[in-house]
Amino acid sequence: MILIKCPYCGERDQSEFANGGEAHVIRPKNPESLSDKDWGEYVFYRNNPKGIFYERWVHTHGCKKWFNAVRNTSTDQILKVYKVNEKRPDLSEFQNTLKSPSGEPSVGSGNFAVKK
Amino acid sequence: MKKKYSIASIVKNSLSNNENWGKMWRSPNPKKHYDVIIVGGGGHGLGTAYYLAKHHGIKNIAVIEKGWLGSGNTGRNTTIIRSNYLWDESAYLYDHAVKLWENLSEDLNYNMMFSQRGVLNLAHNEHDIKEIKRRVSANRLNGLDTMWLDKNEIKDLVPIMNTDNLRYPVLGAAYQPRGGVARHDAVAWGYAMRADELGVDIIQNCEVKGIKTDNYKVEGVETTKGFIKSSKIGVVASGHTSVLAATAGVRLPLQSRPLQALVSEPIKPVINTVVMSNAVHAYVSQSDKGELVIGAGTDGYNSFTQRGGYDVIEETVRAIVELYPIFGKMKMLRQWGGIVDICPDASPIISKCDVEGLYFNCGWGTGGFKATPGSANVFAHTIAKDEPHKINAPFDLSRFSEGRLIDEHGAAAVAH
Repeated sequence: MILIKCPYCGERDQSEFANGGEAHVIRPKNPESLSDKDWGEYVFYRNNPKGIFYERWVHTHGCKKWFNAVRNTSTDQILKVYKVNEKRPDLSEFQNTLKSPSGEPSVGSGNFAVKK
Repeated sequence: MKKKYSIASIVKNSLSNNENWGKMWRSPNPKKHYDVIIVGGGGHGLGTAYYLAKHHGIKNIAVIEKGWLGSGNTGRNTTIIRSNYLWDESAYLYDHAVKLWENLSEDLNYNMMFSQRGVLNLAHNEHDIKEIKRRVSANRLNGLDTMWLDKNEIKDLVPIMNTDNLRYPVLGAAYQPRGGVARHDAVAWGYAMRADELGVDIIQNCEVKGIKTDNYKVEGVETTKGFIKSSKIGVVASGHTSVLAATAGVRLPLQSRPLQALVSEPIKPVINTVVMSNAVHAYVSQSDKGELVIGAGTDGYNSFTQRGGYDVIEETVRAIVELYPIFGKMKMLRQWGGIVDICPDASPIISKCDVEGLYFNCGWGTGGFKATPGSANVFAHTIAKDEPHKINAPFDLSRFSEGRLIDEHGAAAVAH
């Protein structure tokens, strides 16, 4: 359970929100010229990084407004919350806390099997 | 296969205070080169290595595991086995697994404690009844032993269930008597022991940091114990599969989420079957130790933290207590989470990809344990022959561009 700071209502419990998956996915401009493979990618493929992730949330049990967030999926720390019309923050603004792509961060992960 | 365990060996070892049992498998240092590398030492990965060595004559195999064997989802699931899936493709795949489960203890000479105590899927409203009856009919056409039970028949099987005095009354259920539970650690250990005997190197505490490719061809894996060369790599890393795929430049339609489970304090036997309910999200069985084993849902957002939100288990426990008022005052002993990789159609991917020599067995989402032997068996075939077995051919990556989705959201116990 995490706390999320809604840009309109302030800090609330995560259970008040619904997650909308990856943010900044752009609908292809020329769908008719797209191959089946590319169209399949647009419909079904989303990034799934361990680390910095741009995602959408909606405050379902509150103001019902959509907004974007940057979260570290390996620790669940929310690094930035911004409105949909704001520019996507650059990846270099955030520090990834992982030593390797599949590694475990020093805090936040419950994976005690491999945490040193 | 050496018979490692017998009544005589138990008596003999008890005389020396059980201090002289041999190691079940070696812990070798990795060689520089293997014919096949399996990334992920859970049931699916170890099983794959076992079937590769046993059925396909490949001896120079390594299984590389980040933690210890079965430390991932193999040791975190609720151990339920069934094959009552809706579509033909899934029924063949999951029942292939159930058939292997039925002989696995003998095949490996290691007790899987496989108990075919039956699995119930409850219906709570008109729509559930229609959906479940349709699934029962589909199952029967595929030769599965699923049947429809009415409320009284459920009451006979599970007398402690509150069927009437609750918000969503129990109206009927699908019942698969061949379903049941098994001991999940035994699956990893049994496969590991027999794979090791066939010459497979099991390398634990060794993290694969990346998959090296050259011009769409695999070259090997970069690990914490150095670079290991191989021309065939099978990735069976559940929640971390997409992370590893990304190092080889491959994208997969997976999303990783925490899935939780919990167990109660042990009590005397009260429930001798497995009861699942999709509609109110509660499923429960009782372990041989007497603990209630309860499966909760996934968190509503991507995460790699193996914990999960408290509200998710609260929702499940609420439904459990309403269905079984007798459990109302029980204490829960442990709760944990595992990271599952969820596919858009709630069906797995057992497939080759654009990179030559790179194979994926992933996307099992919330229900991979039941399929362990079947999945390992067809994945070994896929790797050895470089083409899918007819059972896993429909579960390839191109189904997402060809519109051949195998939508099993209804048969998956946990809502995705």
